[in-house]
Amino acid sequence: MNIAVEIRPAALPAVLPITSETAAASKRIVAGYGFWLFLLSDIIMFAALFAAYAVLAGATAGGPGGAELFSQTNVAIETACLLASSYTCGLMSLAVNSRRRVAFYVAAVVTLALGAAFLALEIREFADMIARGATPQSSAFLSAFFTLVGCHGLHVAIGLVWLIVMMAQVAVKRFRASVVRRLLCFSLFWHALDIIWVALFTVVYLMGVLP
Amino acid sequence: MNLLGKLDWSAIPFDQPIVMGATGFMGLLVVFVLGWVTVKRWWPTLWNEWLTSVDHKRIGVMYIILGLLMLLRGFSDAIMMRAQQALAAGGAQGYLPPEHFDQIFSAHGTIMIFFVAMPLVIGLMNYLLPLQLGVRDVAFPTLNSVSFWLTASGVLLTNMSLVIGEFAKTGWVAYPPLSELQFSPGVGVDYYLWALQISGIGTLLTGINFVTTILKLRAPGMSLMRMPVFCWTALASNLLIVAAFPVLTATLAMLLLDRYLGFHFFSVDAGGNPMMYVNLFWVWGHPEVYILILPAFGVFSEVSATFSGKPLFGYRSMVAATMAICVLSLLVWLHHFFTMGASANVNGFFGVMTMVIAVPTGVKIFNWLFTMYGGRVRFTVPILWTIGFMVTFVLGGMTGVLMAVPPVDWQVHNSLFLIAHFHHVIIPGVVFGVFAAYNYWFPKAFGFTLDERWGRRAFWCWFIGFHVAFMPLYALGLMGMTRRMQHYDNLAWQPWLVVAAAGALIILAGIACQAVQLVVSIRARGQNRDLSGDPWNGRTLEWSTASPPPAWNFALLPQVADKDAFWNAKKHPQAREGTYRPIEIPNNSATGFITAFFAVVTGFALIWHIWWLAGLGVLGAFVATLFFAFRDKEEIEIPAGELAGFDRAHPAGVAP
Repeated sequence: MNIAVEIRPAALPAVLPITSETAAASKRIVAGYGFWLFLLSDIIMFAALFAAYAVLAGATAGGPGGAELFSQTNVAIETACLLASSYTCGLMSLAVNSRRRVAFYVAAVVTLALGAAFLALEIREFADMIARGATPQSSAFLSAFFTLVGCHGLHVAIGLVWLIVMMAQVAVKRFRASVVRRLLCFSLFWHALDIIWVALFTVVYLMGVLP
Repeated sequence: MNLLGKLDWSAIPFDQPIVMGATGFMGLLVVFVLGWVTVKRWWPTLWNEWLTSVDHKRIGVMYIILGLLMLLRGFSDAIMMRAQQALAAGGAQGYLPPEHFDQIFSAHGTIMIFFVAMPLVIGLMNYLLPLQLGVRDVAFPTLNSVSFWLTASGVLLTNMSLVIGEFAKTGWVAYPPLSELQFSPGVGVDYYLWALQISGIGTLLTGINFVTTILKLRAPGMSLMRMPVFCWTALASNLLIVAAFPVLTATLAMLLLDRYLGFHFFSVDAGGNPMMYVNLFWVWGHPEVYILILPAFGVFSEVSATFSGKPLFGYRSMVAATMAICVLSLLVWLHHFFTMGASANVNGFFGVMTMVIAVPTGVKIFNWLFTMYGGRVRFTVPILWTIGFMVTFVLGGMTGVLMAVPPVDWQVHNSLFLIAHFHHVIIPGVVFGVFAAYNYWFPKAFGFTLDERWGRRAFWCWFIGFHVAFMPLYALGLMGMTRRMQHYDNLAWQPWLVVAAAGALIILAGIACQAVQLVVSIRARGQNRDLSGDPWNGRTLEWSTASPPPAWNFALLPQVADKDAFWNAKKHPQAREGTYRPIEIPNNSATGFITAFFAVVTGFALIWHIWWLAGLGVLGAFVATLFFAFRDKEEIEIPAGELAGFDRAHPAGVAP
C-alpha cells in the first residue's frame, strides 16, 4: 500500500517548520509521520500476538515445548542476517540521500539477499519442525509460535517484495520526491521489523529454552 | 478438486420466503438505481466525480450515504426481532425459525456497529476535519479513498451473505468455542470474519490518516489549543482507532487460523483458551464505543456553542475530559465479562475504572449545560437533538455505573437490562449526535438548509419511540429475561415486549419523517439556499468558505489567532491581504475502487474456499497498487484566475 501521496510539491525547506504554529508540515514530514503511526499500529498487532503467545506458551498439550524444538544456532544465524540487513538498509538510505544510484542498487541487493537468507532459514526451521510432527495443529503453544514468528516472517517477505518494487521505481522514475519518500518509509519499516525480532528472539527463543 | 470450493446452488435459500423476499426487494432496488443512472447518463459523472474522487468532502458524503443505507438494513433487523419477541410467547412460535432469528441478531449488531455507526462517524470526520482545521485536504487523500472502498467491501460482503449462504449465528461478538468450526461449520462466521477484516483495514488506515492530518496539517496559527473541540474529539477517536483496531485484526486472524487451518488458539482442546478471545475482543471493543461516541460529543459541543451564541464553556476542561476518556477507555474492558471468574481484586479494579470514566463524561455534560446557561438558545433541529441527548444519555450512563458494580453485574449480566443500557447510551450518544450533525452541516455540504418542521417531527418520533422501545427492556432484564431469545415461556414478559415493539414502530415513523424531510428539502431547495456560507452564524472555519465548498476548500489559507477563529473574524473584520497562487490538488484515482473490488473477490473466494480465485484477487489488488505507484501525473493544478473568480462569485462570510 502506498502511503505517500502528493498534496503540494515537495520542495524541502532549509529549516523544517515547527508545525503547531506555522501551518502545515512538509510532505516528507507528513509521509514519515503517517508511516510511524502505521508502524505503531503494526507493533500493537504484534503485541496482541505476543500476549496470545505468553498465555499459551505453557499449553503444549503433552507435545514438545520450546526447549526440545528450538535450535539456538539456527536462530543466531537468522538474527545475524536480519541485523546485518538493517545495517545495509542504513547504507541504502545514505545512498538515497546523496542520490547515488549505483550505491543504492548495491546496498538494496545486499539487503535483499540478507532478508531472503533470513526467510529461507526460517522456512527451513518451520519445515523441520513440521517434519518432526510439531505442527501448529498439535498444540495451542505451537499455534501461537507459528503465528507469531510466521507473522514476522510474512512482514519480511512483504518487505522484500516492496524493496524489489522500489528498485524498479528508482530505475524508472529515478529519485523523484515521491520515490524518495517511499524509500524513507521502507527503511522505517525494515528497522521496525528488527525491533520486533529482538523482542521475538528474547521472548520466544531465549525465554523459551529456560529450564 | 472442485473449482467453486464449497459453493453450489444449495447456498441460496430458495425455501425461505422472508429471505428471498428481502433479496428480491434489494435486487429490484439495485436494478432500479443502476437503470436510473444509465437512463440519466450519469455514469461518467458518477465515476469521475464520486467513485474515483479523492476529495475528502465527496468521500465524507459517500460514507454518510453508506451509513444511512445500512441504518435501514440494521433497523429492519431490529423491527423483525421486536416483532418475533412480541409474538413468540408460550405456545406461539412466532414467524422466525431459530436459525434465522440467530442470524438476524448477529447481523443487527455487526451492521449497526461496523457499517452504520462507524461510516457515519468517519464520514463526519472526513467532511469536517480539513474544513475546521483550515486546510485543503487530509494528509493522504488517495489512501482515504482506499479506506472508504474497503469499508464498502465489508458492507457488500455482509449483504451478500443474505442471499449466498448465511450470516453468523453467534451474536455480533462471535465468541468461541461457538464460533469455532466444530460448532459453526457453515460459512456464516467466515462472512463475519472476512467482512470485518477487510473493513477493519480500511478503518485503521483512516485512523492513521486523520491523526496525521490533525497533528501535522493545520492552518497557520492554529495551535492545538485553538482547534475546534470537534477536532479534539476526532483526534482522541482516531488515536483509539490506531491503538485498538490492530488488536481486533490480530484476534480475528487467530480465529480465522483456528477455523481454516485447525490451529488451537481458542478451541476447547489441545490447550486453547476461549476466554483469551473474549479478553482480546474487548480490548478492542471498549475503546470502540468511545471511538464512536467521542466525535458525537464534539458535535454536541459545536452545536451547543453555535446555537447559544456563546463560546463553549470550559474549553480546556473539555479537552482534558476528552483526552482522559481516551486513555481511560483502554483500562475498562474487563467489565464486559465480570462473570469470567477473575479474582475480586481484578473485578474491583475494572469496576472502579469504569466508574472513574463517568467523571470526565460528567464534566462534559456540565460544560454543555453551562454553555447554554445565559445564552440565547435558538431551538433549531440540531439543538433539539442535543438537548434530547443530554437528558437521555445521563440516565443511560447511570445504568452503566450501576452495572460497573461487579455484584450487580452478576445479576443482570447478559440480560435485557444490559441491552437496554447500551442502547440507552449509544442511540442518544452516537445516533442523536449524527442526526444533530446531519441537520447542522447539511447546508454546508449541499448549499441549502433542511426542512425544520419535518426535522422536528423526526426528532420527537425518535425521542419518544426510543423511550417506549427501550425502557421496558430494563424491566424485563430485572424480571430475568436474557438477551437473544427466539422464544420464551414466561407470559408475564409479553406485554412489555409488545410495548417495546410499539416503540420500534414509533422510531420507524421517525425514520419516515427523515426521508420526507430530505425529499421536501430537496424540492424546496430554491427557497432555502445558503448563499452566505454561514447559515447558523457559526464560529469555526468551515463556515468561512462557500456552501458547498470548492474542491480546494480555501483559496487563501485562513490565519488563525484564537479559538473560534471565524467568530472573531466576524467581530473584528480586517481587510485580508493576499494574492491568489495556483493550487495543486491531488488527481482522482481509481485505486481505491479497484483495490476494494479485488478485496471483495478475495474475501468471497476465501469464504467459499475457492483458493485460485483468492490468489487472483490478491494479485489484482497488488497490481492495482503498482499502477498507482508508477503513475506519472499525481496532481492537477488550479490556476489563480479560477480561484479568484470563484471567490468573487461566492463572497462567503468574512475570510479570517
